[in-house]
Amino acid sequence: MDHTVVIPPDAQLAPLLRAYDRAVAAKHRQFFIGLAFMAGAFALACIGAEIDPGLFWEKLGNFTSYFNRLAHLDTGAVVLSDPAEWFWGLRRWTRLLGETLLMAYVGTVTGAVLAFCGCFLCSRNLVSSALLRIVIRRIFEICRTVPDIVFAMIFVAAFGLGALPGVMAIAIHTTGALGKLFSEVVENIDMKPVEGIAASGGSWVSQVRFGAVPQVLSNFASYAVLRFEINVRGAAVLGFVGAGGIGEELIVAIRKFFYSDVSAILVMIVVCVMLIDTLSEKLRHRLLAMDERP
Amino acid sequence: MTGHSPLRDAFLANRDRIADQHAALLDPGWRSRMGTIAIFGGGIVLYIASFFLLDMSLSNLIGGFRRLADIVGLMFPPTPETWSRFYLYLGAIGQTLSIAFLGTLLAAVLAVPMGFLAARNVVANRLVHLLARRSLDTIRSVDTLIWALIWINVVGLGPFAGVLAIMCSDFGAFGKLMSEAIETASDKPVEGILSTGGSRFAAIRFGVVPQILPVFASQILYYFESNTRSATIIGIVGAGGIGLHLSELIRVLEWQQAAFVILMVLVTVAAIDQISQRLRGAIIGRRR
Repeated sequence: MDHTVVIPPDAQLAPLLRAYDRAVAAKHRQFFIGLAFMAGAFALACIGAEIDPGLFWEKLGNFTSYFNRLAHLDTGAVVLSDPAEWFWGLRRWTRLLGETLLMAYVGTVTGAVLAFCGCFLCSRNLVSSALLRIVIRRIFEICRTVPDIVFAMIFVAAFGLGALPGVMAIAIHTTGALGKLFSEVVENIDMKPVEGIAASGGSWVSQVRFGAVPQVLSNFASYAVLRFEINVRGAAVLGFVGAGGIGEELIVAIRKFFYSDVSAILVMIVVCVMLIDTLSEKLRHRLLAMDERP
Repeated sequence: MTGHSPLRDAFLANRDRIADQHAALLDPGWRSRMGTIAIFGGGIVLYIASFFLLDMSLSNLIGGFRRLADIVGLMFPPTPETWSRFYLYLGAIGQTLSIAFLGTLLAAVLAVPMGFLAARNVVANRLVHLLARRSLDTIRSVDTLIWALIWINVVGLGPFAGVLAIMCSDFGAFGKLMSEAIETASDKPVEGILSTGGSRFAAIRFGVVPQILPVFASQILYYFESNTRSATIIGIVGAGGIGLHLSELIRVLEWQQAAFVILMVLVTVAAIDQISQRLRGAIIGRRR
């Protein structure tokens, strides 16, 4: 295989090269304008966020020493040398972690049911009333834009300390987040079954029940499982504002400098979250595989 | 709707035969049905049991809703009360945006080398790859608020701790996304560059980077959006931004001002969403 590279004569090559240079120069110009813009925003943000690299450098030692202290018991021994002492509150923490998981579960299920009820009402292909769609969409949007911990703070004021405000906060946030995802799934369904039921005289409810729901169920379940995973992380910190779960224990330990307790609780949270991540990934793959079955 | 079409008559005449033919579809058998019932039943039982396990009683719920209605009533009309307070909150929103921007940017910059390290097709060593992945997972599973508490112990109260907290929790997520983007990038440009005598570095710079840059840029924008939301709450533990004011206002039951601050957050988040959606469209559209 011989290849000879044909180089066109200079007269033909020059305009091509010029055009190439121009294109590259334009690209570079664009890049540098973008870079200058980013640098400006960066400088502005540094002032806004009171960034102090000197302070960071000076205190960086604290970061390593903080983790060092996390890794040692009160007696000065390394935590791994005495796991029983490290996890002295295992029974209590396990109960609180279980409570956190239950909060996430109840919140996710409640939110998923509410989102399920709402999502068909705000899908363009199933509801023709623009007003109803917009109202439900706005409700979903407000529910998901206000962070769950802000809801939790308000609910703690109304319902008192405990798991109830936490569950409600998770449920509301989940309704908003899942409502959006669910309605997107519903808007992408195949309309033929729905039209078939409408043509044979089925009511709106049976159009949704027999035409739309069977197409979306596995997708919905997969999104709900993903949301549960996110909510477990969320529920772990809701205790910071007094809304139940393991967060309360964690913030007390951090504030009172019980270093080995902090690390023990963190380890439990991380392991639990990772376990649920793995399980939910498997479950979601199976749920989505169900769709591909003929 | 009761017109007698020939199709309907034909169906009614052959109803039993059709039912026989599709018996498996009409009656999926007790095994699959029992499975469904067991999963749903278990879920419902757990749901109801949770109310007892979590001490959530109906009287509590009803009384709470009554108080909640009072609180919502007290929120109207939302007002900052004085102009100086309004400027204070505006400044805090600016700080929140700064925290989100810097945290996202720093995390993205730090995640680039980590992403290459955790990508299977760049680093062949399985141990390095596995270690990088696991540590990213660990960092990711610690919530931003927890990172904020840790950094407050290191650099003290204030927005700087918030920046570092967002940086840490995003670092894990970005590293994972980055490594996945690198793994799914096509090998062909890389092979092309290597075959024309390019160095390994040139292969990554001109073969891999142009493929992952738009994906990564749009992910960064998406995270900036979500970080604006996170940055509004890290103030609750004392890491700067609007959250500090919000939690103070709720604590002292200044509901009108709290509602005003919540509205400000909603407007800011909506504005950032719009801007970043436009930018994302421009980035992905231009490269395609």
